[in-house]
Amino acid sequence: MKKYKLLLIILLIATVLTLAVIYLKNHEVAVLAPKGHIAAREKSLLIFASLLSLIVVIPVFVMTFLIVYKYRDHKKAKYSPELDNNRLVETIWWGVPIILITILSVVTWRSSHELDPFRPIQAQTKPMTIQVVALDWKWLFIYPEQKIATVNYVQFPEDTPIDFEITADAPMNSFWIPQLGGQMYAMSGMSTHLNLMADETGEYRGSSANISGKGFAGMNFMAKSTSEAEFNKWIKSADKSPSLNMDSYDALAKPSENNPVAYYRLAQNDLYNQVVAKYMPYHGHGAEE
Amino acid sequence: MNLFANIFGRLTPEAFQHDMVVMGGVIGMTVSGIVIIGLLTYFKRWKWLYREWLTSVDPKKIGVMYIVVALVMLLRGLSDAAMMRAQQALNTHGFLNSDHFQQIFSAHGTIMIFFVAMGLMFGLINLIVPLQIGARDVAFPFMNATSFWLFAAGAMLINTSLAIGEFSAAGWLAYPPLSELSFSPGVGIDYWIWGLQIAGIGSLLSGINFTTTILKMRAAGMTLMKMPLFVWSVLNSMILVIFAFPILTATLGMLSLDRLLGMHFFTSEMGGNPMMYVNLIWAWGHPEVYILILPAFGVFSEVVATFSRKRLFGYTSMVVALAAITFLSFTVWLHHFFTMGAGANVNAFFGVMTMIIAVPTGVKIFNWLATMYRGRIVLATPMLWFLGFIVTFTIGGVAGVLMAVPAIDFQVHNSLFLVAHFHTMIVGGVVFGYFAGLNYWFPKIFGFKLNERLGRYAFWCWFVGFLLAFVPLYILGLMGATRRLDHYDPSLGWQGLFIVAAVGIAVILAGVGFQILQLFFSVKDRKKNLDATGDPWNGRTLEWAVSSPPPFYNFASLPEVRDRDAFWDMKKHKKDFPDVKYESIRLPKNTPLPLIIASLVFAVGFAIVWYIWWLAIIAGLSALICLIYRLNNDETEYSIPAAKIAKLEQEHTA
Repeated sequence: MKKYKLLLIILLIATVLTLAVIYLKNHEVAVLAPKGHIAAREKSLLIFASLLSLIVVIPVFVMTFLIVYKYRDHKKAKYSPELDNNRLVETIWWGVPIILITILSVVTWRSSHELDPFRPIQAQTKPMTIQVVALDWKWLFIYPEQKIATVNYVQFPEDTPIDFEITADAPMNSFWIPQLGGQMYAMSGMSTHLNLMADETGEYRGSSANISGKGFAGMNFMAKSTSEAEFNKWIKSADKSPSLNMDSYDALAKPSENNPVAYYRLAQNDLYNQVVAKYMPYHGHGAEE
Repeated sequence: MNLFANIFGRLTPEAFQHDMVVMGGVIGMTVSGIVIIGLLTYFKRWKWLYREWLTSVDPKKIGVMYIVVALVMLLRGLSDAAMMRAQQALNTHGFLNSDHFQQIFSAHGTIMIFFVAMGLMFGLINLIVPLQIGARDVAFPFMNATSFWLFAAGAMLINTSLAIGEFSAAGWLAYPPLSELSFSPGVGIDYWIWGLQIAGIGSLLSGINFTTTILKMRAAGMTLMKMPLFVWSVLNSMILVIFAFPILTATLGMLSLDRLLGMHFFTSEMGGNPMMYVNLIWAWGHPEVYILILPAFGVFSEVVATFSRKRLFGYTSMVVALAAITFLSFTVWLHHFFTMGAGANVNAFFGVMTMIIAVPTGVKIFNWLATMYRGRIVLATPMLWFLGFIVTFTIGGVAGVLMAVPAIDFQVHNSLFLVAHFHTMIVGGVVFGYFAGLNYWFPKIFGFKLNERLGRYAFWCWFVGFLLAFVPLYILGLMGATRRLDHYDPSLGWQGLFIVAAVGIAVILAGVGFQILQLFFSVKDRKKNLDATGDPWNGRTLEWAVSSPPPFYNFASLPEVRDRDAFWDMKKHKKDFPDVKYESIRLPKNTPLPLIIASLVFAVGFAIVWYIWWLAIIAGLSALICLIYRLNNDETEYSIPAAKIAKLEQEHTA
């Protein structure tokens, strides 16, 4: 009976693992399948830190198993009821984690600066600015140089550093395109930056990562990276769209759910700044953005 | 109409109208209430309930009441969890609408942290700390009872929101500006604020009470470095309570001023700063998770030593580690929002501070393992919970260290990876710890052991169910699934993993079923599992030196302590501890005032939620009058003569 039990458990675990492998083979794990410069470095950091912590995890699991197996009550193992300290081993297990954490701290300090979302990405191509406004419950993308705006869709050329300038005209949200890299809060009255760059062409899912009210689960968008030529063609195609000025913006900003993609001609150059300034306590003060 | 509004504020008949799912919950609550009242009347137990429980100031009774409330709330929190998992596994719009779904996850988080984890913690502390330090009571027994009843009043207010009105839909921490009046005009946020405000004040009072109790009321000879590790962990946790909970009270206070009086602490407009709220709430919130986990560490330290029949390894290291964690827990709050854009230096600082916590935590794990080394390990139920904890906590700890690196956190923040991480810590750490504690100390409190076989079944269901429920969430998080989604695009292929997670919660629910059966059969067969010795596990600390259940005065004569394992020492060197003479004992009298004050405070909370100002003022003043009355009462104690103690003790030992 006991033998069968063990066999059954092993069989069960094997089945679960096989199913997991099959599942992961057939599905894309976005964070582990980066398509952008930043996401790729974040992924290697994730893997490095995971491997580093295995130096502690594996001994813990092995020791737990061995100790429990060996010193179970019915075994004739050694028993030292008064053994309650040992300077050497205690030094080891204060010391080893301290060393590991020191290594990880150095990595953390460096990567926090190198992968600071506010830091512009160095590249051959000229960087591009896209302004992002989190609304109830949709994303508005403004292209100040190309003079267009879009809702729930953003397109940009590959291998071009993109500086997303992010704010909100609604409760706080978080802007995230997992395959391109990390996340940044969208907050009213403030302008944050998220610098990303797509390494190849493709369509990447973007989402809102912070609850902002009842429609937030439908607040997703597509981020499309294309060739430079295709991007320019796309910009031209938006020419005949309705214009976006402060009035049409106010209409757009009203709460709505599951918005379809929409295009606008940007008729108000400082729209983004005006949205940010709306929440500033004193206009003109600190509104250098 | 005006008159109506003057009397009932914004409470209208619409507040009682709900959809089917909520109505089911309300009916369930009402029916179980009626059944309980019926049973009490049928068995003529009202007087007993009032005398023995509702008016009691005995920490042993209060501890049991904390645990009962916490377990009831656990059932509610779990049904919320099951509904969320069902919604995401089905992924249709039909089951719950987004507003209802958001209320459910907000309620789940709030209930599990404030009314389950905190309740189990304060319950165990009340039951065990006075016994372990060789005291007859806590420092402030009246305040202790008031703490409990405020906790219960907070829980009641949260449950009331199910039947009357609605609950917050802004997540368990209700970030503004979403939680401000302009975006959440309903009563949900107000229920959340006042439920927590009332329970939070109870927690703060308990923090003061147990810090004082531990520092001032230890038995003769029990120096700080001779305290059992559970007491050490509670001391650290209670110091955190004293420093952290005022921040919560002040933050909630400011949010309610915004909502009630139109102020602008945290609004987007008029110079308000929502990000300040996020900072403040986490300046409380991060220490809060350590408030919960430290006593669980303490439980494990007791359990491991007892069931390895060995002294705890590295006691000094353990104490230093606890103190280090306590201190560091106030220096890491910003890691909850690296994504706010504070800048690389700030993020890196808080990242590094966070990782440093892994060092003392790791040391604790190694010391527990060393305690088992060369021991005589008994794999009783509490020990199973401990071993399960080692597995889950290590996994969760690694995830925590990963997220402490800001650049990694940007990729997993607010995703299901984060949700999986903190559930691994709070379920796999806190809940497993308190379940271990409940199984371990149950015979002490009730005088009979819990059924071991059903306890083992419950453990395995919880453990396997836990892995099934949360490992998929780690993967989903890496796939880009954010938290709190009431629906998602089916083409993403997430549904399979959500179904696995839903199966996981079903297995956990089976575990809960086994726990209920365990309790039922243990009570039924209590004669068989009787603990006549008072020391069923061959314990090491003072709580095992008295009979099970302990007499209401705990110790007939106060013990003297020579060793860390005080009771172990007494058992080994019996002749060093001669019989002592009994003396008269002074104990506090029972009083209904804590219950009355908390009921009035509940009325204040309810009244403010619904803008019923006359009620708020009257109830508030009445509570104050009760308190003043109590403070002027000098006859709060009574004396038990030595002869009676001697008689009671003889009956016990006979």
